[in-house]
Parts: sequence; structure tokens; C-alpha cells
Amino acid sequence: MSIMEIIGGTFIIIGSIFLFLGALGIFRMPDIYNRLQAGTKATTLGGMSLILGVGFLEPSWMMKMIIIIIFIAYSNPISSHALARAMYKRKRYPLILSEDKENMDAYSEVNPHEKEEVKS
Amino acid sequence: MTIIITIALSFMVLGFIFSAIRFVKGPTAGDRTVALDTITTIAVAAIVLLAYVFQRFIYVDVALLYAVLGFIGVIVIARYLEGAL
Amino acid sequence: MPTLTFSEKLSRFIVNSVFMMLVWIAFTSSFATHELIVGALTSMIISYLSIRLFTCCTISIFNPVKIFYMIWYLFVFLWALINSNLDVARRVLTPSLPINPGIVKFKTKLTTNYSKMVLANSITLTPGTLTIDIVDDTFYIHWIDVKTTDPEKAFTDIAEQFEKILLKIF
Repeated sequence: MSIMEIIGGTFIIIGSIFLFLGALGIFRMPDIYNRLQAGTKATTLGGMSLILGVGFLEPSWMMKMIIIIIFIAYSNPISSHALARAMYKRKRYPLILSEDKENMDAYSEVNPHEKEEVKS
Repeated sequence: MTIIITIALSFMVLGFIFSAIRFVKGPTAGDRTVALDTITTIAVAAIVLLAYVFQRFIYVDVALLYAVLGFIGVIVIARYLEGAL
Repeated sequence: MPTLTFSEKLSRFIVNSVFMMLVWIAFTSSFATHELIVGALTSMIISYLSIRLFTCCTISIFNPVKIFYMIWYLFVFLWALINSNLDVARRVLTPSLPINPGIVKFKTKLTTNYSKMVLANSITLTPGTLTIDIVDDTFYIHWIDVKTTDPEKAFTDIAEQFEKILLKIF
């Protein structure tokens, strides 16, 4: 094994582990905002690291790999932000565990809560 | 090298299974869309890895297009759920 | 949509064309003359048509000081991204799920839309935070482990390290 193969293999293993952890986070977390947190961060780094690893294994593909990495790093946070705002406007309010329920939801000053939760 | 790629692909299949369980269980449309987004990212990474395994450069273009279309799909679903479409 | 003077339009046109040309070269991965000519024509036409939509930055972005700050921002961002992933891994793998979620807000000093977008994306990828909405200059952040609900302290904890670099770039 050459040195490039060792570096690329390490990136690929790290990336696949983070992709798995992101999916596990989506499976385990209790409400949609926490799921978005786990899903977005872990799959972004996981995908970036795995694609960079393939770029190290095959250096002539590196330019296109960098394009895909930049696209993933741009698009993943935007889609999670759009989903979070859409779900808040659909009245799926975030789960709040602490005692101080009034101050923990600052976004309610823009979108006031209504009494009935609408099923979607 | 074969061992590393096998381990990586099995981790990704496990991740795919967990996301698919969340996709089936729901409970809301938003949760399903989050699971779909994760499945898209995992599939893009898997296509790039398989392009290396089969030594076909053209599969990388497929991965790029799939990333673009998945992103647009999630945005469209989010705008629809928000009621702005 | 801001109204632009001619010189602003020209400098934005040049910046957009250069960025699109870089993307074209990365896509085709070749330096043959006919590829470069077609790429230059295509990127100039597209940036002429989209000049009112993609108003990222003026020509002063090529200042060496700003380029230095951009590279520094990249390293700060990558360090925060790795930290946030270790944080997610720790929370997901702990059997009792140590979370205390809530939504906090803070105000930013950034003015242009593009810099606010960069800050929001960076916040989404740093430990335990997710941008929900931006209303004028107020950011609403979902925080997985709320330490404070005071806007000033939340700003110091979440966004200060990014904003002080972004203020120098934009």
C-alpha cells in the first residue's frame, strides 16, 4: 500500500463512520429539530471526508471531488434551515425539557403559539 | 483496500437502514423529509465510492446530479410544507 | 433587490465571471484552448443575465488581506465542524441522550444579505446549534444544550468567533 492509499483509506473509514452516526442520530433523537441537528452536521462531515478520501485514492479526479464537497457544504445547511422554519410555521413546536418554558422559545415572538397543535 | 471499502460500505448500509426506519415511522412529513435528506447524502457518497471501485469516472457526474436534485427536492418539499408554494 | 450603479454592476459582473470560470475549469479538468474560450463566453453570458440575483461581493474581494482572512475563516470553520461532529457523536452514543433543547436569539452587526447567509450556514455546522430564521438582524437559533437565554451571552458563545472575521471580509 502506498502512502496515498493509507491517507485515502483513513478518510473513507472516518467518513463512513460519521455517515452512520448521523443516521443513528436521526433514528434516536426525540423531535425534528434535534434530528436535523444530528443529521445535518454528521452527514455533512461524513460525506465531505469520504469524497475527499476517494479523491486521494484517485488524484486525477480531485477537481470534481472538490466541486461536490463545496456543493454539499453549501446545500446541506440551507435545506435543514428551510425544513426547520417550515416545521415551525406548521406549528410543530420544539420539545423543551427544562423548567423555564417561557424563555426557552425565543422564536415564539415572531410566530406566536396557537392553542391546538395541528397534525401534519 | 478491498477490506476498507467493504467496511465503509457496510457502515453506510447500516446508516441507510436506520434512516429508512425513520422514513417509515414518521411521525410527521418533516421527519420523513429529514430521513430522505440523509439518505440522499449517503447515496451520493456511496455512488462516489462505487465509481472508484468500478473505475468509471462518469459515475461521479451521476453523484453530482443526484446531490443537486436531492437538494432541490428537499427545498421544494420544505416550501410546500411552509405553505408558500 | 437593491438598485446598483454602473460601476457596481461592472465589478460584480467581473467577480461573478471569474468565479464561474473557476467552476468551469474544475468541471472540465482541461486547459485546451477551445474549452477555455467556450467557458469564458458561457460564464460571461450567465453572469450578465443573473447580475441582479447573485450580488455576492464587489471587486474589492480580491484584496490580499481579504483573501488571507478567507483562508483563516476556512480553518476556523473546519475546526468548528470537526468539534461539532465529535459533539454529535458523543450525544448520539450516550445511552441517556444528554440534551436540553431550546431556541435562543441574538443580534448581529453584519449588514449584507450574503454575509448573513454565510454566518447562518456556519452556525448550523458548529457544535449544537441550528439556524431557524433570520428577521432583519436577529438570528433565531435552536440550541441542543441551552446554557443561557440572554442574547448577549448567547452571541458570545455561538457566533462571535465567526462574525469578527466576516466583518473584515465583507
